[in-house]
Amino acid sequence: MQSSQPLKPPVVETYDELLGPGETYTSVTAKIGDIVLYPLLKTPWGWIGGFVAAGLFLMLYLYSLATLFTVGIGIWGINIPVAWGFDIINFVWWIGIGHAGTLISAILLLFRQDWRTSINRAAEAMTIFAVACAGIYPLVHTGRPWLDYWFLPYPSTLGMWPQFRSPLEWDVFAISTYATVSVLFWFVGLIPDLATLRDRAQHPIAKIFYGILSLGWRGAAKHWQRYEMASLILAGLSTPLVLSVHSIISFDFAVSQLPGWHVTVFPPYFVAGAVYCGFAMVILLMIPIRSWFGLHGLITMRHFDVMSKVMLASGLIVTYGYFGEIFYSWYSGNIYEYYLIVSRTTGPWAWSYWALILFNVLVPQLLWSKKFRTNLPVLFFISICINIGMWFERWVIIVLSLKRDFIPTSWGVYTPTFYDWATYIGSFGLFFVLFFLFVRLLPMVAIFEVRDLVHKTEHKAHDKKEGHGHAGA
Amino acid sequence: MSKESLDIQGSSGQSYWRSLEELSQSAEFRARLEREFPREAAELRDPVSRRSFLKLMGASMALSSLVGCQFALKQPQEKIVPYVRQPEQVIPGRSLYFATSMTVQGYGIGLLAESHEGRPTKVEGNAFHPASRGSSDAWIQASVLTMYDPDRSQQILKAGQPASWEDAFTALGSAYAQAGSGLRILTEPTASPSLVAAIQEVVGAGAKWYQYDALSGDNTRAGAQAAFGSAVNTIYAFDKADVVVALDSDFTHGSATSIRYAQDVASKRRITSDEPVMSRIYVAEPTPSNTGALADHRLAVKSGDIAAVTQAIAAAVGVSVAAPTLPEATQKWVATAVADLQAATGKSVVIAGETQPAAVHALVHAINAALANVGSTVNYTAPIIDADTGAASLKALVDEINAGAVSMLVIADVNVVYSAPADLNMAEALKKVATVVHLGLYNDETAAASTWHIHATHYLESWGDTRAYNGVVSLQQPLIAPLYDGKHLSEVLNALTGKRVSAHDAVKGHWQAQLGLDGFTFDKAWQTALHDGIVAGASAIGSTPVTLGTVGAAAGASSDGLELIFRADPSLRDGSAANNGWLQEVPKPFSKLVWDNSAQVSPETASKLGVKTEDVVTLTINGRSVEAPINVVPGQANDTVVVHLGFGRTQAGKVGNGVGFNSYALRSSDAMWVANGVTVSKTDKTYKLATTQSHYNLEGRDFDILHAKTLAEYLEEKKAGVKHKKHEIYSLFPAYDYSKGYQWGMTIDLNACNGCNACVVACQAENNIPVVGKEEIWRGREMQWIRIDTYFSGDSSNPTIYQQPIACMQCEHAPCEIVCPVAATVHDSEGINNMVYNRCVGTKYCSNNCPYKVRRFNFFQYADEETPSLKLQRNPDVTVRVRGVMEKCNYCLQRINEARIDATREDRVIQDGEVVTACQQACPSQAIVFGNINDTSSQVAKLKALETKFTVLDSLNTKPRTSYMIKFTNSNPELSGKTE
Amino acid sequence: MFKRKSNAAEAASAAPATYGIMAEFSDSDSIIAAAYKVRDAGYTVVEAYTHIPVHGLAEALGHRPTRLPWGVFLFGLLGASGLFGFMTWVNVVDYPMNIGGRPFFSWPAFIPITFEGMVLGAAYSAVFGLIAICGLPLLYHPVFNTPGFERATLNGFFLCIEAKDPQYDAAKATTLLKSVGATAVNEISE
Repeated sequence: MQSSQPLKPPVVETYDELLGPGETYTSVTAKIGDIVLYPLLKTPWGWIGGFVAAGLFLMLYLYSLATLFTVGIGIWGINIPVAWGFDIINFVWWIGIGHAGTLISAILLLFRQDWRTSINRAAEAMTIFAVACAGIYPLVHTGRPWLDYWFLPYPSTLGMWPQFRSPLEWDVFAISTYATVSVLFWFVGLIPDLATLRDRAQHPIAKIFYGILSLGWRGAAKHWQRYEMASLILAGLSTPLVLSVHSIISFDFAVSQLPGWHVTVFPPYFVAGAVYCGFAMVILLMIPIRSWFGLHGLITMRHFDVMSKVMLASGLIVTYGYFGEIFYSWYSGNIYEYYLIVSRTTGPWAWSYWALILFNVLVPQLLWSKKFRTNLPVLFFISICINIGMWFERWVIIVLSLKRDFIPTSWGVYTPTFYDWATYIGSFGLFFVLFFLFVRLLPMVAIFEVRDLVHKTEHKAHDKKEGHGHAGA
Repeated sequence: MSKESLDIQGSSGQSYWRSLEELSQSAEFRARLEREFPREAAELRDPVSRRSFLKLMGASMALSSLVGCQFALKQPQEKIVPYVRQPEQVIPGRSLYFATSMTVQGYGIGLLAESHEGRPTKVEGNAFHPASRGSSDAWIQASVLTMYDPDRSQQILKAGQPASWEDAFTALGSAYAQAGSGLRILTEPTASPSLVAAIQEVVGAGAKWYQYDALSGDNTRAGAQAAFGSAVNTIYAFDKADVVVALDSDFTHGSATSIRYAQDVASKRRITSDEPVMSRIYVAEPTPSNTGALADHRLAVKSGDIAAVTQAIAAAVGVSVAAPTLPEATQKWVATAVADLQAATGKSVVIAGETQPAAVHALVHAINAALANVGSTVNYTAPIIDADTGAASLKALVDEINAGAVSMLVIADVNVVYSAPADLNMAEALKKVATVVHLGLYNDETAAASTWHIHATHYLESWGDTRAYNGVVSLQQPLIAPLYDGKHLSEVLNALTGKRVSAHDAVKGHWQAQLGLDGFTFDKAWQTALHDGIVAGASAIGSTPVTLGTVGAAAGASSDGLELIFRADPSLRDGSAANNGWLQEVPKPFSKLVWDNSAQVSPETASKLGVKTEDVVTLTINGRSVEAPINVVPGQANDTVVVHLGFGRTQAGKVGNGVGFNSYALRSSDAMWVANGVTVSKTDKTYKLATTQSHYNLEGRDFDILHAKTLAEYLEEKKAGVKHKKHEIYSLFPAYDYSKGYQWGMTIDLNACNGCNACVVACQAENNIPVVGKEEIWRGREMQWIRIDTYFSGDSSNPTIYQQPIACMQCEHAPCEIVCPVAATVHDSEGINNMVYNRCVGTKYCSNNCPYKVRRFNFFQYADEETPSLKLQRNPDVTVRVRGVMEKCNYCLQRINEARIDATREDRVIQDGEVVTACQQACPSQAIVFGNINDTSSQVAKLKALETKFTVLDSLNTKPRTSYMIKFTNSNPELSGKTE
Repeated sequence: MFKRKSNAAEAASAAPATYGIMAEFSDSDSIIAAAYKVRDAGYTVVEAYTHIPVHGLAEALGHRPTRLPWGVFLFGLLGASGLFGFMTWVNVVDYPMNIGGRPFFSWPAFIPITFEGMVLGAAYSAVFGLIAICGLPLLYHPVFNTPGFERATLNGFFLCIEAKDPQYDAAKATTLLKSVGATAVNEISE
């Protein structure tokens, strides 16, 4: 893939700077913009290969969903008492992954963290696609998916409205809001870059395409002023939103009565978990992308270092949650809670609980050392572990709690079927198809923000030595 | 009648095939072929194999004819008399009840059949009838499904080829003429006066009549013979017994008398006040039985050692037999039991089971005499069925056949090729008979071995009469004209002598002759008899005086080594109803096993044999062997292997074929119930068993789920003024006002329930609950709305057994309702948690949040919406649920509304006892009470006011409307260890 | 591409009206300095076009701070109160149902959705408000006629004195802009 890249600088790893040496307005613009404006027929084979592979998984996904609609959700392993299985596990898992994007683009914007600039665009894209993958599960997990529109409050001939006390109904609003706001925020961020592409594009179709999308942005000072205000407001909205979404999803469990679900610590603990695996996913995506597209100058080791720190921090919060559960199951003196922990840690599926501890608690401790934080293979491995671990966390919460609740005679088992796996693995197909399209059609790094970063760096330089120099070419 | 159906009904080969061409064009036919899987069959997701394809084709042809006309509303030709209203006024939507009766092992049980626009949809007990007194059991409840079974035999077959009744009629006549004294008739045991008369008439000089029942009570009969010199019939009055000692006798379940006896026992166990008085029950048995679950002191002993126990009791109460030496624990049990028995002379019952040898029964008669129970709690009457009906009788027949003395054999309603003990080799024997005529509901194993197969009528389709265990005679009146134009035994018998007499004329004629009344008065008597379901002229027979002869010792040397015990399957009994999905899927007591039988062993024996549940072993005895999966059951006597009869059918139908293994293959005519010297060899195979319950330990949650105490304990606490511990209920928000109008509630008395499953099947019949099959149950998707939870406590060799029926509790703070995003489950003003099927989207969140896990989900399209005959069985008052919706118990809302409509029309309030839920109605022990808790005078309100009431998981503040009575063990302080 | 369009327009109309004088500057500092000078010279209708948001530029050009936040606040409030009111109406007035014995007006259960309503209302108004008050989408604008204006989205800093300005005079404006350090100055037509 690299070979087919026009601009390929010598790989110089930068550890303490957010920009590679000698980056200028033009160089960054070209680096990012040309990946997109590259002629269609000269699309790199690597991209085509990846896209086709992802497409195949998407086919598997569609096949299993088609079977689901025609035969019934009995094709999954769910039963009574374990009425939720892979469907909801994957739903929570994907939504969690999504959160990192919003966090990077919104919260870090509020905190004026410059390091977000070169990763926020891709992270936001990841958010949107992850939310898309997540959103499908609650829609298809119903027994009669063709009636899902009953979740919406519309004046129906039945005279019925949704039942607003149900956490699932809260989800409907939370997820749709989250998806909408993420898309809006994302698009607003894209406008100036789309204008850049419009002006750099050679091919008329590309010009028209980006021209229309950019709404005719011309970078007027007045517009910039309002634009920055709007982004600030959106960031201000997204921040509580991203916290609320996973809190509300945690309500699905926390509001219920089930031992192992009925837990007050869930909201913060779910949010932290979401950030945790979200950042892991960002790292997973960034490591290959930067080397394929030669973005070493834009996504530097500093970025990975900082992201690792965030992962470590959120990981510790999650770990606290695990120990919290164990503690109050004993301290509360509630026999059901206590038994739950006993069966989790020693019961038939105890291995999955210990796998979760290994992947989520033990392995990430490596991140304490900067050596590992900046060693991409190790980082890649840790990120994979965290994503697996977080999947197991949802497995433990959902399945292991449902298997054994109050009345021992109704305890059950859960064995995933082929279709459970197919609907899970297949959803990666959807995710990567969308992601490949994104890297081909839209700038995967926020160009104008990076130019702004160049600008700021220049100024820092000037302030040091009282000289006047020019940015740009 | 449409052309097709005519062709099928009375068809010679050619027209039959011609009609096949025609049929293959019909929509029904194609629909049948396009069906992905037969829903009433076990394997939900199996592709249709070639074999079942042919079956479907066969079915489709008959069904297409049925669609033509047969399933239309059709009253029988003759005048039948409704129980409450005149049938002329069939009001659409209103059900009519007709008194009728069915036979169990030859004895009559009076029933009321509910009819919707001419379709019998459900049967209940007839309150006037001594054997049912308004209750029923799982077997009776499931009999409706059998009538509508699409696999029922639908045409007469001659050597497997369709033939007409005309052909059969002439053929039978000539064969009978030739046979003369070579005629033998083999029927299931029958006490039906008209049938007995008809058979006697046909069986002229030389010819003989045999009766066979695989579960026959020959031992009991022989026991009476030994004790009194005449095979008197014993009737027990458990409602007068303060102490009951049951020796391997499951008298509350699975027989013609069990419903009545269960009621009587329960009447001495039910809690009605805060100072409960209970009878005390001792049970010694090799394997847990429903009666054993009731016991206050249960002793697990090998079947062969029961004799010794009996003899010890006998010796202790003064019967002149030597006291055998018993193990210490057993000795203690006997001593205590005897003490209680002697303290309650004249108010106790000692009873032995039909699986015990005659000598034991003789001893028991002596014991009851010694305890002065005869005349009070134990009564003797003249025998109702005065003949051998077991192995002896069948053996005599086979000997005759082998001696070449039989040229014609008429087999009626008994699948003898399947259910005969293996050593008699029935199939071979039948080959030696020139003409074998088989009359039966199914084209089964015996039909295949017969020259002629005539499809019989179901009891709901035919006229007839029955005689109960105490001599009471009831009439059978058809609720619907025979679906497939089947024949009744009396018609076949008349055909032999060339007479064409309908079953109706036969039975009516018989009784006109019997009662000797003139036309008019007889008609009136006939009307009354049909109306009440009881023939006034022939009610209960008085007891006959008996003189006790000398009874010998029963205890042989107790055999070491493994004991192989044959038992009737708790659900399928002898296997004649193997094609009944409801019975296949109802979880067996204790093991909760469905769709299979197993080799049951105790945990200790299992470890001794080095096997565990689901291991496949080979059971070998007398050179015959079968492969069976092991199932470890606590509370079974060590060194015993219990196999249930009724499985391994090869020609039962789509549902019953190939389910389980055939344990008749191990049975021999000299060891019908217990056989010694069985060898168990472990194979390396394993077999998947499907159960509806996998965990039997309360995990120390009894304080919240099942409150159990010894009666003594409770009474002491009461005296000391200690209140029974209940959780304080707080609420953060104002309670909903339930103080006005009807507020429905239920109590279940755990002291009366013996876990007989009557409620489970009754609920299934009432609420159109689908059958899902083994694979789905294995996945944990059973659909029954009410389940009976079983807990074992104490040591696994002889645990205390608790059973607790659980259905939707109708919580006032229903956790399921809050989490439903579309308000598909909501509360109504009368406190019922309604499930709105139409609104349900199927998120299953409600089930996750239900602490009782009583909700059931349609993971697939379980309800069979294609098979016409099954459609007819459905209760029109209850929605048939589609794929993807949740369902659950709703206190039989349809029955409440029916009562409400009546009350409104008559401008009154619903009276207490007017609304009876299906489970309550069926329950033989009347453990379930339902009613309006706002009406303080109602029975349910009174019971709920008792101190002994508790609700399940009340610590969750769900405020259930269903409450329970503390499970008391009325244990004898002398006998420690079994007390909680 | 838009330039090509406008050329066609020029050819059509005989005497093309001018939009203003556009000057290009080399970096952000110089354009801010220039902006102040131009306003000191009394020009009021002046706009700058830059490839990155230049802080202080809007103030230099005398643009009022935007009132966008107020609109957003209003719509946020509307979304929240609207949904809360709706849920209350449904559960108390339109179709009260006994759900698990809970009160009809179980306001705590309505909070999450109320919050989402606030976010929805605010976010929509922020984005569409932005697009609206910026007069977008506007695919053609005269400034696109400036030679090399594509640099306005790459690395350029442009300043334009518009013809609308009361004291607009092409010659004076050009000299002024040259004098404040523009690297290039062009007159651009409508």
